[in-house]
Amino acid sequence: MALTGLDIFKLTPKTNCKDCGNPTCMAFAMKVAQGAIPIDKCPHISDEVKAKLDEATAPPMKTIKIGTGENEHSLGGETVLYRHDKTFVSKTLYSVAVSDAYSDEQNEKAFADIANIDYERIGERMRVEAVFVDYVSDGTKFLDLVKKANDMGRTLIINCADADLAAKALEIAAAGKPVLSGANASNFEAMNALAVKHGLVLGVTGKDLAELHDTVEKLEKAGNKNLILDVTMANIKDTFAATVQVRRAAIKDGDRSFGYPSIVNAARLAAGDRHMQTALASLFTLRYGSVVVLEGMSYADALPLFGLRQNIFTNPQKPMKVEPGIYPLNGADENSVCLITVDFALTYFVVSGEVERSGVPVNLLITDAGGYSVLTAWAAGKLSASSIAKFFQEADIENKIKSRTLVIPGKVAVLKGEIEDKLPGWKIIPSPPEAIQLVKFLREFNA
Amino acid sequence: MAFVQKPQVYKSAINTVELGAGDRKIALGGATVYPLYSFDAPIENAPKIGVEISDLGLEGAPKAMLDYYGDCKTIAEVAKKAAAMPGADFVCLRFDGAEPGEGERTVEDCVKIAKEVAAAIDIPLVIAGCKNSQKDAQIFEKVAEALTGRNVLFLSAKEENHKTVGASVGLAYSQKVGAESSVDINLAKQLNVLLTQLGVAKENIIMNLGSAAAGYGFEYVASTIERVKLAALAQGDAMLQMPVVTPVASETWSVKEALISEDDMPEWGNQEQRGIQMEIVTAAACLAAGSDAVILKHPASVATISAMVAALM
Ligand code: SF4
Repeated sequence: MALTGLDIFKLTPKTNCKDCGNPTCMAFAMKVAQGAIPIDKCPHISDEVKAKLDEATAPPMKTIKIGTGENEHSLGGETVLYRHDKTFVSKTLYSVAVSDAYSDEQNEKAFADIANIDYERIGERMRVEAVFVDYVSDGTKFLDLVKKANDMGRTLIINCADADLAAKALEIAAAGKPVLSGANASNFEAMNALAVKHGLVLGVTGKDLAELHDTVEKLEKAGNKNLILDVTMANIKDTFAATVQVRRAAIKDGDRSFGYPSIVNAARLAAGDRHMQTALASLFTLRYGSVVVLEGMSYADALPLFGLRQNIFTNPQKPMKVEPGIYPLNGADENSVCLITVDFALTYFVVSGEVERSGVPVNLLITDAGGYSVLTAWAAGKLSASSIAKFFQEADIENKIKSRTLVIPGKVAVLKGEIEDKLPGWKIIPSPPEAIQLVKFLREFNA
Repeated sequence: MAFVQKPQVYKSAINTVELGAGDRKIALGGATVYPLYSFDAPIENAPKIGVEISDLGLEGAPKAMLDYYGDCKTIAEVAKKAAAMPGADFVCLRFDGAEPGEGERTVEDCVKIAKEVAAAIDIPLVIAGCKNSQKDAQIFEKVAEALTGRNVLFLSAKEENHKTVGASVGLAYSQKVGAESSVDINLAKQLNVLLTQLGVAKENIIMNLGSAAAGYGFEYVASTIERVKLAALAQGDAMLQMPVVTPVASETWSVKEALISEDDMPEWGNQEQRGIQMEIVTAAACLAAGSDAVILKHPASVATISAMVAALM
């Protein structure tokens, strides 16, 4: 629970000695409450009180780091239940499972999938971030899979409740800072020792939420707060209930023992059913899965899932922007007609989608309009004849494109005359006002 | 401290709205917990799944879908088969062919088709227009008249045509009015206020808050649905307590992930699977955000999403 300035003030010596650089203890307390300065700026507060305060002012959900180098990922650290309140900070990671219980063929396919998915979408590299190596019964095969997975250059999640075998797996893979998962009510001491020894995040499971909570408390008491909770239960219903309740307990009720990121194993919940796994990945991307484990990843799974994730983990206050520039669509070349619009991502998606639907080759020009929609940008003076002329110069349009026909958004058709003045030699044509009418417009235009 | 479950049951409820008539009618809404949160309290009316069919028939449909519909020739046969699709709760007939322009379908023709479809199925029917507000208002009025008593939902009344649609569909023929706004909680509320001022009962209104495919500005859809549900449940806003229906198929099958052929994009693999997964991901996300019903078209998506809903209840 957040402490108020007054709560913190009560814990200061109230001497107003100014050693912290503040005129009074009260002023100091107010700033600490806002998170503007750390509590240790006051040299006169006892360590005991500091620890108490640290605990009380810590965020409701820990940020846990897994992996190393370019494969380092942050999980958790969320402060809200709904993205309209505040940006979700740590995107859901999609992980592909290999297991000693799977056929060699299935494991090979999984490795191939992981290597295969790699593309860019609006400035973000999309690929399978983690390999989930699952131990069921065949230790030799499992260690072999750990070796292979370790060579994939991704973060590993080693799921092995047998601490002795896990120790061997970590001899192979500990350097990449994998998650060691599989701690439960009966093995947590050995697993904890192993995770601490290698400085790894420990994954905890339980047969239900009460048991999971209990094990986490014991681990916390043993000094480990570098945890991730595998909330996968016996079935889809219980897993959804667990995932939502864990997050809600952490954020809404301030239950620190549930203030950790989660793993949802969709590969286990819907084994063999790739459609259902993808549905679950979507469900848990919206509802609090920090890592979702799948049996594989084809482009059919990846394209919608990564697109969804990119949408959900954006700042609700700041519109998503697309890089200004020339986007040739439907095989457009330098002679194809130009169509200009703003850099607001939603506008870009809608317009590019309709243009693609039309099948007509078009050079889509995206101009810098501060990430606003057409009408808002126009009203704010961020989309004008001069801003378009400036963009044409900066992007060197006249040298890159031979066509001299420019379609402008129908909503700002009034700009036609001014743009003609600023861009001599160009034929300016306003589009219909709604994007949905673009297909017909472009086809007729092209005919 | 041991973990104690704290079920979150709200004082307010989503309105219960019935669609269809007779034995096979269905109800949307009614819950006092967040959508899908059946662990907080039992949810009486699970989210529903509609199967979309078009007045243009099956032209251009993906292969497995064509296989499913087999040799259906008439729209009535297609409708019957859609209603029999495992997981289908209602059928949505969309008048794509009515869009103004060359060869557009006339209102009379639409009425004829709607009657054939209604006669072929006993599960509830939803009528979707062609997105031209004026034409939609004309179609809806005549179809609502022709299908009196069937308790049909019409998608949708928008700001531009809500007066005509509300007066005919909602008042004259007591059918269900879909109130469509575009991903903005204030506009959604405004339209509900206008429709109720017109005299349409709250229990006869369903909201379409806007839709987008996953990756195409879906965050606006998700956040609008979530904000509306919280306003309805936590703040008890009576003008936002109408159930939410989200058309999914009409968005997801027209994005490039579903449209580009495997020949043009070999590394993307099977085109039909891409369409199915785009539909599944978007539908699951709509339901997670809080939609009370989604409208899909591919049998594989309908099977998966209905199984997911069943598993969560
Ligand atoms: S240093 Fe500590 S005791 Fe001194 S004024 Fe600041 S808060 Fe008060």
